[in-house]
Amino acid sequence: MSEAAAHLLIVDDNRVNRLLLSRSVELLGYTATVAENGHEAMDMLRARVFDLMLLDIEMPVMDGFEVLEAIKLEPALKDIPIIVTSSVEGVNNIVRCIDLGAEDYLPKPVNPVLLRARLSSSLEKKRLRDEQKTLLKRFATSEVVQDLQESGFKLGGRRVHATILFCDIRGFTTISERQSPEDTIEMLNIYYTLMFEAIDHHNGIVTLMIGDGLMVLFGAPQPLENSAASAVAAAQDMLAIIELFNLEQAAAEKPEIRLGIGIATGEVVAGYAGTKDRATYTCIGDKVNLASRLEGHTKRVSRPILIDEATHSAVSASQPCDPIGQVELDGFSKPVAVFAVGRSV
Amino acid sequence: MTQSPIDPAVYDDLKDAAGAEFVVELVTTFLDEAPGMIAELRIALETEDNDGFRRAAHSLKSNANVFGAHALAAPARELELTGTAQATPDVLALLERVDLEFVRASAALKSMQNE
Repeated sequence: MSEAAAHLLIVDDNRVNRLLLSRSVELLGYTATVAENGHEAMDMLRARVFDLMLLDIEMPVMDGFEVLEAIKLEPALKDIPIIVTSSVEGVNNIVRCIDLGAEDYLPKPVNPVLLRARLSSSLEKKRLRDEQKTLLKRFATSEVVQDLQESGFKLGGRRVHATILFCDIRGFTTISERQSPEDTIEMLNIYYTLMFEAIDHHNGIVTLMIGDGLMVLFGAPQPLENSAASAVAAAQDMLAIIELFNLEQAAAEKPEIRLGIGIATGEVVAGYAGTKDRATYTCIGDKVNLASRLEGHTKRVSRPILIDEATHSAVSASQPCDPIGQVELDGFSKPVAVFAVGRSV
Repeated sequence: MTQSPIDPAVYDDLKDAAGAEFVVELVTTFLDEAPGMIAELRIALETEDNDGFRRAAHSLKSNANVFGAHALAAPARELELTGTAQATPDVLALLERVDLEFVRASAALKSMQNE
């Protein structure tokens, strides 16, 4: 039973209660650390991870209500399950604890059978929540996980100023025809790992993965100071990493990878789209189409990174760019000003 | 009204759950700490410290209940519910009951330990 190793924090100003609660949880196979008031408890919670807290209400210095309130304000602490153990008088006080985020209430003196049941249930719930969080992190970026934890899940979008980046492997079909499917999957996995590292580093979030294609959003759900600059920096890192990867591929006599990247900046609608049961964080708007078209256009002009005018004006001060001119792109009625970042290939 | 100072059922349950040796330690701790709580009640009355008064009464009630000392827990609870540290005749009478019941409870606990 994995929960047997759980480490509990017992907060009580009274020595008899501390001794008895410690003894009770230790007899159940858990480890206990004690704090004599809320202030001490907050310091301990910040210093190390506990699996659960048994919290008294009536305490000097900082009482249980104040601890519950303080924990709500600290995102790093708010996942800890809290069981209030108190002989505080009045149903109102118990309701207040629950309102403030306590998971459960055990009247004192604590009945050992009830204690065992509540601890085991709370710890099991926490284990499941932790598992969900791990799973969520595997399928969504940390920014989306953070946004979900802070604002909750709600279908629907909002208008944001953001930058969209599309990335694709040039000639991927040819590459995959020249090697076994197993080798292709392995190559894709390495490619994704490298790309995600560059994207994460510049606070982008991957909103779409199709085959060898990636759609990345910068500036939502968490705003960025200069989303265009972040996207261009990420694109340059992506190219640099792939160059190193290609050296290894060449040494192993395996196919090299060429990237095409298109970037556009402007207003998009970003949010969760899908159904209640299956949804994804994504964004829509003509800037998304534009970024995708620019990515497609890279093969025609043999430049790995193409950006639109809005992205260009946001980065031109620090970034040498070559004007490609006004380009006719599918789906756009007027020619679009296109710029290439960095050297030609 | 004569009530046994310690409810034997509560005391035995505690021994079964926590172990006889541990209960000896727990009783010793209680007998060490309780006079301090009673003293805090009087100090809080003198200084009209409502929070301190309520907390001391609450702790005493809470600990008395651990051992099944209902006759001690009852006046402590009434003091806790008083809310204000005012030396009214009622409060003084309750304090006297606390003193008396603590003496009886501690004698009973000591003799139970030697059984």
